[in-house]
Amino acid sequence: MVITVLSGKGGTGKTTVSTNLALSIDNAQLLDADVEEPDSYIFIKPDFTEEYEDVNRLIPVINNDKCTSCRKCIDFCQYNALAIMLDNVLVYPEICHSCGGCARICPEGAISEQEKTIGSIKWDHADNILEFWQGELNIGEESSIPVIEQLKKHIDPNKNVIIDAQPGTTCPTIEAAIDSDFCILVTEPTPFGLNDLQMAVEVVRDIKKPFAVIINRSEEGYDDIIEKYCKKEGIKILMKIPFMRKIAQLYSTGIPFIEEMTSWKEQFVIMYKGIEEELS
Amino acid sequence: MKIIVTAKNNSGIESELDPRFGRANYFVIVDTESMDVNFIDNSAAEASSGAGVGAAQLVADQKVEVVISGNFGPKAFNGLNAANIRLYASNSGTLAEVVEEYNKGNLKQLSNATNSGHVGIR
Repeated sequence: MVITVLSGKGGTGKTTVSTNLALSIDNAQLLDADVEEPDSYIFIKPDFTEEYEDVNRLIPVINNDKCTSCRKCIDFCQYNALAIMLDNVLVYPEICHSCGGCARICPEGAISEQEKTIGSIKWDHADNILEFWQGELNIGEESSIPVIEQLKKHIDPNKNVIIDAQPGTTCPTIEAAIDSDFCILVTEPTPFGLNDLQMAVEVVRDIKKPFAVIINRSEEGYDDIIEKYCKKEGIKILMKIPFMRKIAQLYSTGIPFIEEMTSWKEQFVIMYKGIEEELS
Repeated sequence: MKIIVTAKNNSGIESELDPRFGRANYFVIVDTESMDVNFIDNSAAEASSGAGVGAAQLVADQKVEVVISGNFGPKAFNGLNAANIRLYASNSGTLAEVVEEYNKGNLKQLSNATNSGHVGIR
């Protein structure tokens, strides 16, 4: 089973949920797909060593001897990654989506494609029970999708897979969630939390994934805002992680809270089994 | 001489300068002597990515030598530079005022992008 942990709003507790869940269940594989700012490693403390995998993608290269400045490639590119200035075609690699269309459409055969490294995949080389993988987008790159795609190739179908997605409701979040069996939406009981949860719900409904909600920093008297919405929409609340100084303190020192508050381990296991039952 | 100034609205020479180049509402071709204006919709403004490149292309295709706006991102700057277009900075005022300042030689020519660029529609 593959579960993606996402949230509309950033900072609601995706990493808290992903890491603690992955460390609680048996035979787990955790993938940090928040490739612009991966942070699960802070809690997992992996041994990445020097070995890693490059993420490459193809970028057009213009042969100026063959180019006749016909502009067909410029008109074709939906992302404005090409421009023509004084009869020279300029390539903006950082906004190119590597679709290869310009090379195909060029009537002169003046465009070829060259690999460019845009990120990396790292993994825990230590012999830990939890298998951990992380995608990283290089600084200055705009599209994280190829990194997430390559990271997902390492999904082990025999494992209980947890994917920590990027916050928001745009392509990278969808890419992380699109192949999963279930989505956990993490939110907090604030108006911002609710607003962004509603957006995340729209997304998972659009991509037709079964899902449920976890309220993080849960507090009596405040949870109403999320509970009312979930009740109205028929959304299950899987778990409430309390707003507690101890959890915050452990977080700030890079310790997954299940390690010190061990009864929570059982709670994550029960929740996971509940999801499994729901899907079977 | 014909130059391009970015504008927020389309009300002739009294339109206000748009300080954003890539996502400006209009590019206005202004004749610096007659003050005749010709408005062009910035079709690149709504692009989710590469608005600066698209806008630079639109402007370069008008074959002008000078563009006045408030801020040019790095991609727009490089594109316009490659087209040998000179860029001048002005932050506010009507087109008439901005062009008058340009004619007097009071505007600063830019040698670098004015901001580091960003992603997303306004």
